[in-house]
Amino acid sequence: MNRVRADEEEYWHSSKFRAFTFDDEDDELSQLKESKRTVNSLRDIVDDEDDDLERVSWSGEPVGSISWSIKETASGSTSSLDGRDSSLQKGSSSYAALPKPASSYSLSSLFKGRNKLSSFQSLSDALTDTGVKNYAPELRRPKAEYKDYSSDWSPRDTVRRMQRGKVCSLERFRSLQDKLVLLDEAVAGHDGNVITAVLIFLKRTLRREILFRELEVRQVALCHLIHFLREMGEQKFLLDLLRFLDRTEEVALSQYREHLNIQDVEKRREFLKGCIGLPFSAEDTSHIQDHYTLLERQIIIEANDRHLEMAGQSELFRKYPRKASILNMPLVTTLFYSCFYHYTEAEGMFSSPTNLKKTFKIPDKQYVLTALAARAKLRAWGDVDALLTTKNWLGYTKKKAPIGFHRVVEILQRNNAPVQVLQEYVRLVEDVETRLNLATKYKCHDVVIETYRDLKDRIQLTAYKCKVERGSAEEEKIHNILSNMVRNAYS
Amino acid sequence: MAAHLSSGRVNLTALREAGRRELREFLDKCAGSKAIVWDEYLTGPFGLIAQYSLLKEHEVEKMFTLKPGRLPPADVKNIIFFVRPKLELMDIITDNVLREDRGRSPQRDFHILFVPRRSLLCEQWLKEQGVLGSFIHREQYSLDLIPFDGDLLSMESESAFKECYLESDQTSLYHAAKGLMTLQALYGTIPQIFGKGDCARHVANMMIRMKREFPGSQNSIFPVFDTLLLLDRNVDLLTPLATQLTYEGLIDEIYGIQNTYVKLPPEKFAPKKQGEGGKDLPTEPKKLQLNSAEELYAEIRDKNFNAVGSVLSKKAKIISAAFEERHHAKTVGEIKQFVSQLPHMQAARSSLANHTSIAELIKDITTSEDFFDNLTVEQEFMSGIDTDKVNNYIEDCIAQKHPLIKILRLVCLQSVCNSGLKQKVLDHYKREILQTYGYEHILTLNNLEKAGLLKPQTGGRNNYPTIRKTLRLWMDDVNEQNPNDISYVYSGYAPLSVRLAQLLARPGWRSIEEVLKMLPGPHFEERQQLPTGLQKKRQHGENRVTLVFFLGGVTYAEIAALRFLSQMEDGGTEYIIATTKLINGTTWIKSLMEKLEPAPF
Repeated sequence: MNRVRADEEEYWHSSKFRAFTFDDEDDELSQLKESKRTVNSLRDIVDDEDDDLERVSWSGEPVGSISWSIKETASGSTSSLDGRDSSLQKGSSSYAALPKPASSYSLSSLFKGRNKLSSFQSLSDALTDTGVKNYAPELRRPKAEYKDYSSDWSPRDTVRRMQRGKVCSLERFRSLQDKLVLLDEAVAGHDGNVITAVLIFLKRTLRREILFRELEVRQVALCHLIHFLREMGEQKFLLDLLRFLDRTEEVALSQYREHLNIQDVEKRREFLKGCIGLPFSAEDTSHIQDHYTLLERQIIIEANDRHLEMAGQSELFRKYPRKASILNMPLVTTLFYSCFYHYTEAEGMFSSPTNLKKTFKIPDKQYVLTALAARAKLRAWGDVDALLTTKNWLGYTKKKAPIGFHRVVEILQRNNAPVQVLQEYVRLVEDVETRLNLATKYKCHDVVIETYRDLKDRIQLTAYKCKVERGSAEEEKIHNILSNMVRNAYS
Repeated sequence: MAAHLSSGRVNLTALREAGRRELREFLDKCAGSKAIVWDEYLTGPFGLIAQYSLLKEHEVEKMFTLKPGRLPPADVKNIIFFVRPKLELMDIITDNVLREDRGRSPQRDFHILFVPRRSLLCEQWLKEQGVLGSFIHREQYSLDLIPFDGDLLSMESESAFKECYLESDQTSLYHAAKGLMTLQALYGTIPQIFGKGDCARHVANMMIRMKREFPGSQNSIFPVFDTLLLLDRNVDLLTPLATQLTYEGLIDEIYGIQNTYVKLPPEKFAPKKQGEGGKDLPTEPKKLQLNSAEELYAEIRDKNFNAVGSVLSKKAKIISAAFEERHHAKTVGEIKQFVSQLPHMQAARSSLANHTSIAELIKDITTSEDFFDNLTVEQEFMSGIDTDKVNNYIEDCIAQKHPLIKILRLVCLQSVCNSGLKQKVLDHYKREILQTYGYEHILTLNNLEKAGLLKPQTGGRNNYPTIRKTLRLWMDDVNEQNPNDISYVYSGYAPLSVRLAQLLARPGWRSIEEVLKMLPGPHFEERQQLPTGLQKKRQHGENRVTLVFFLGGVTYAEIAALRFLSQMEDGGTEYIIATTKLINGTTWIKSLMEKLEPAPF
């Protein structure tokens, strides 16, 4: 910070940095205001009724546009639907009430990836001769599609037809060689839709080891399969594949991702515990370990505090009821919470701020910031003072703020600290200009006056007189200083 | 309605017309009255192709938004679903179909129109649910490149960048190539193709392959485009991360422009009539369409925001003077003259009122301290200052829990401007982010690393200063009011991508071989043979037309920079811009973030 401050002048006035401000001579804000006035005054002249040349509804949608029309044509019929809609959006449970489709597995199982591996088997049915034939009468297919149906397309033709969205038989490709040629053709076509369709066919008809081995040398196809497995939630198959490829870090991350789907905290914690041993990078391992530890702590704190709150005996909880549970909150939020509700607890307690600081190696700066914000919110100015006070080995005390006192002032001010409290920290801001700015902004008159005195700036000091109240102690102070200055100047 | 599409060098109305024709043909296949059920995401892009009136002419009587439950009772013969090929949408359709009352008479016929492509996977899914047979027509509508403006086309494929660079799924590249084939069918074969990046190489390969495979596609149209330039977004990861400082760019950064529409807070657009004020303050956001059809907007959209105010005030004076004219109108003839101009003046007035309000809204933000601080840090990074250590402002923002995306944008910017961060710096940022925003974001950080946006410096070498100096990415003497260089769009930083386009036109890439090698992916040139009769004989002084295709997204500021180059007097090249998606740093980073909420089902 200081480096910047020191050569600030040069810094901003050098042509290197352009502040995003507007030309002074041609002050734009006033221009804008003026333009607006001019424009508005014209409203009196013209009748507004007919000024919409292109008819536009208030929402701005031109009358007659598609999204406007949806609202128009649908109104009147939507109201009867609302009840039903809401019941459906609640999720899978309501899906149980749906008329069961002919097949035996549910949608939700497909999404969660709990479906049998066979669930996609029948994709290729659509692609086989028999499948199409059985289906055809029901499909009422347009005739054109029968016409160019043939069963001995080359791999290249097959891919091309599939690219055009036509149905093709893949079952004909029986040998490994044929299948791989087909796959390579699909990859060469770059159409993900076709590549995926071929991969599903291979996945179903090839042994895993063979599929994996062949994909290892076909990176594009491999990526598509990984993406597909992820999308379909086929976690186990995916992990097997990644393990085969020795992409251990990806295995780890992919497995870790699963925790997001676990709602129950106990189960989530258990799951995270299991993640710790996974082959993450060294740096990530420590984060995952921290994630687990944090949730473990949160569960303990939550149980305790919920109990406390319900019992209604803690004044703090009565006065400031918790807005939400602390479960699954980030570390810094947890630290804030603990500084708010458990500030004075001994280090041995899991919920104490110092314990959190130690366990997670929270840097001083972060800790002071968070603690400051929490204590200021409670208006515990004594704690704020203690937090910023350090003792040296001789027993002298000194104020120190690892975040800089200007930040301290900001935080306190945001929490409506009284001027007396603010003043004390404004005074400690090292940079004179910043100090003056803050002091003036927050009306810490004493600090302003003292600073000008130290700067021996009579002009500013005289000018400041009009900012303080008539007949106040501050005004008196300015008078005294000014006359002292005069005396000193002549003596 | 679409006059603005034909105002540029290339008449894009033809492309729109082709899209409309295809739509009509499909609608006519489903004989009789119909209702369309819309995948909501598609209404925006479709709105740029057709109005409701077109649909109505083809017996579309009702339109609904796709949602689970029973379909609304509409007395029509056909129900047509317009959807993207997404599995979750198939589930909703399935639900709709299963709940259809079988006893109703007459029965309603179902159809699906997949946009932009039919998907085997989706059809399979429908089959599994036992409803595939319910659909009579299942077709695709290849809405590959949608005309947004006279010089702008977009595929509006949100996930294109993620798919290409994170998942190595090249489907969107296939669509891009198909879109380019359509363009060539309408506007002639493009004789010269240049490209930089892996995806660019793929698209060029596909185009050449497609051309070979459909020899019948050899057309006899006189080529409109001289050159195609394919650019990978990952060749220039820097530009989208910086805050755009053009008028349109800032509107997008702050409010988000979608399919040429923007939604704005209504307060500044209070009711017009005096005396009504305060009564019914609108609470719904004000929605405005932004394109070059609006004269004033076309003039100011690409200016640096600092130059917008003076234009607005000048316009206000002109209009005010024009209205004053009425006092001087004495004779009947003069009054008639005045009245005949009224509609035009009123339109100009309301346009000016809107943009003055928008400018005020933006100004509130650009004059804020935080905007200033953020911009200062961005500019420091881009000019190469202190990119190798932990930045105080970023730390402060994390401590104050500013939105995570803002933090990620800055950290990624620093990483890109330093060819990767020192391991210690990277670890520090990571730790702070995870501790403050939650450990689960480790997944997002991982994605950013994979995409190359956030990475440790390898080999201890920082190439950025060389790239910056050679390509003159940082200009000290930028003129925001009367720019003489593209760097005005970021008040100092010249977008790398556009610099590449500029240098390609003059003096050619051979002059920057060394730098091109430092940027990822190959650079190449291909030529497509033209039949002798179609070879262009350039008139003296006639500009070349270059189509720049951004694979993975483009920002409004980059578009502004290219328009600036088009308008340069001695530029010699006019640019048409195509992209997979219009992006800004926020939407871009968002598309790379891990979805943290479990799936809704």
